[in-house]
Amino acid sequence: MAAIRPYGDATDDGLIQLSFTLPIAESERAKQAALEFAKKMDLGRPQVVHMKAMGPDFTFFILYGASPHSVDPEDLVVVEREFPVLSYQEVNRVLRESLKRQLVVVGACTGTDAHTVGLDAILSMKGFAGDHGLEYFPEMRVVNMGSQVDPADIVETVRHHEADAVLVSQVVTQRDAHIAHLREVRAALAEAGLREGLILVGGGPRFNPEQAAELGYDRIFGRGTKPSEVASYLTFAVTRTLG
Amino acid sequence: MGIRREGMAEFRGGGRSVKTSKPFKRPIGRLQIDQESVAECRSLASEISAPIEELARTHTTVSIERACLRFAGVDGVEGEGVEAAPIPNRVVEEIARTVGLERGVLIPFFHAVDATGGDVQGAAEAISSGDLVPAWPEGDDYERARAGAEAAGESAVATIAAAKESRDGAIGRVGDATKPWLYLIVATGNIHEDIPQAQAAAREGADVIAVIRSTGQSLLDYVPYGPTTDGFAGTFATQENFRLMRTALDEVGEELGRYIRLTNYASGLCMPEIAALAAMERLDMMLNDCMYGIIFRDINMQRTFIDQHFSRMVHSLAGIVINTGEDNYLTTADAVDSAHSVLASQFLNERLALSAGLPEEQQGLGHAFEIDPDVPNQVALEIAHAQLIRECFPNAPLKYMPPTKHMTGNIFRGYLNDGMFNLVGALTGQDIILLGMMTEGIHTPFLSDRDLAIENANYVFGGSIALAGELRFEPGGDVERRANQVLEETRLMLAKVAEIGMFAAIEAGMFADTVRTRTGGKGLSGVVRRADAYVNPVADLLGQSLGVT
Repeated sequence: MAAIRPYGDATDDGLIQLSFTLPIAESERAKQAALEFAKKMDLGRPQVVHMKAMGPDFTFFILYGASPHSVDPEDLVVVEREFPVLSYQEVNRVLRESLKRQLVVVGACTGTDAHTVGLDAILSMKGFAGDHGLEYFPEMRVVNMGSQVDPADIVETVRHHEADAVLVSQVVTQRDAHIAHLREVRAALAEAGLREGLILVGGGPRFNPEQAAELGYDRIFGRGTKPSEVASYLTFAVTRTLG
Repeated sequence: MGIRREGMAEFRGGGRSVKTSKPFKRPIGRLQIDQESVAECRSLASEISAPIEELARTHTTVSIERACLRFAGVDGVEGEGVEAAPIPNRVVEEIARTVGLERGVLIPFFHAVDATGGDVQGAAEAISSGDLVPAWPEGDDYERARAGAEAAGESAVATIAAAKESRDGAIGRVGDATKPWLYLIVATGNIHEDIPQAQAAAREGADVIAVIRSTGQSLLDYVPYGPTTDGFAGTFATQENFRLMRTALDEVGEELGRYIRLTNYASGLCMPEIAALAAMERLDMMLNDCMYGIIFRDINMQRTFIDQHFSRMVHSLAGIVINTGEDNYLTTADAVDSAHSVLASQFLNERLALSAGLPEEQQGLGHAFEIDPDVPNQVALEIAHAQLIRECFPNAPLKYMPPTKHMTGNIFRGYLNDGMFNLVGALTGQDIILLGMMTEGIHTPFLSDRDLAIENANYVFGGSIALAGELRFEPGGDVERRANQVLEETRLMLAKVAEIGMFAAIEAGMFADTVRTRTGGKGLSGVVRRADAYVNPVADLLGQSLGVT
């Protein structure tokens, strides 16, 4: 594949739209500053199509320009998804045939985070983005522990339900609290001797899949993950464990 | 071209965004709903609330006692930094340890005040440091302590009532914002950052500024002290932070010629104390829900029910508008399937507010625009829900929350969704509009996100609010049928809750599919049954002034 550039309304025109605010009062000088800024971003023929004062000290711009840069997608190193996305029927069939019992999934939000929106999007019957959550799969049994769960309680629940997988969700975070909280859960499970053979999955809008190794998780899911992807991964991971 | 300027409603000063050709008016009687069913919902809500009211009458909590001490003038912390313990907490702990809390803290406390020559803060510090061991007084000592407590009660009532007078005075001086009130959030974690952001938001057109609290503050069983700069995804609610923001908003209100309202959160384990601080520092609106903490924060149900009653008495006398949290039922469940849980909760919030003397005019019942935009007829369904609530609560300053759950990261679609939200708000006469951000769920709003949100609201409200007075819904049409269906589901839900009782209903997971037990959750150890000798003139005089028995 050849190098590609943004497409506005014609091949290789390189046109992109930007919006941003500069800390300067609205004026002709402000407009020139925005154009100069665009030039420094290598944008050709920059055009300020909208300029508006945001209070006395700031100005908002909408700007178009043509980028001279191009990328060749073939040259990129991309972490491809290591598992196939299965349909609802396939997930149930594979689990039924390989596991011969329900897959037990424990999910929790830990730390001070009370936002269960991500966890519920993946677990609840309703699901997210047109996908039903894991509760909808007859071959899965879901224990949703809700928010602000102590790592020790997760350990206890994993033991009690003989869980196959643990999902840890973190939505609201500051100063990397989400990373610390995920590590605490992994440490607690390891200390209890439960880490081996357990599928440990973390997720939340601030994570990306590349972080799995540094966090000691089997898989990390980021923003926009659908329940079907998680279901497919769990199916993939559990069958891999079974050998 | 366009609307003649002379026809425009008067708006004072700069920065006023919603320019409307007609004054705001709540559209009532536009949708034929089953009024008998509404009356039955109210009567079921009374039945359900009776045991909660009884619980509140017969119990106190550590936070109620601390709020009363704060009204009496106790303040400050012992120790420094993260180790600092608020003196009101220390006094309640020491009295609990020595004489117990079942008769209230005020008598032993004012006995200590008596012993220190009438020095309230000195007595509190002496108890806190262990220099003075609290005791239950007898005879003349009791009478003197009682007189001190009564005087504290009278002064508390005067302090709370002064908040309302002071607000009315400020509004009279600088002018009031026209409705709908545009409500914007700041959440930097640092009060000194919050202030310029809040002032900028007011200048852009916000009528109400809410300072989001630091994540997890609701689970602290104390109120942090002093100005704070280190909140997580929000700023700690402290008396000093309240005072600093109040001063800043008064300043910008003078400049703009309209009173800017300040909102915070009287929820979590310190509901009564935060309500007290809000009254002292003249906050205007407080998030305050009868069940939110139980369901969404796993706070013990008894603790919440007792605390919400006291906090609502304070809010009532202080003229504070409460905002209830029904939007949460929709962010955690499907907004079509769970529409009735919003209305059911509103009837309960209304009942429990009235029983605490909080009038309809101060009940900012909450709801939200959270139906999946891909659901056919989404906007019509939202109109049905919003107008149903408008019809059921004609005197309440309703608070309408924008879409959050289905904001996808496509900011262009998000901006349109927010526009439809504003349109439904305009057509159904919602009083308080929490402005939607097109970058919801992506990052804390940029300066431009807020300005664009105000521009959106300005356009939609300005362009359509007159329609609210003109619109009638087709008898037997989709909107009317949907509204009555939700009403009927609400009635059935309330009937079921009434049948088994509120506590059992929560234990059975009837609210937001969340199971909470009577003795589970956080904060039960701070609940105390009142003895016959319980004395609390602050609560008593507050109740008397509101006609609450």
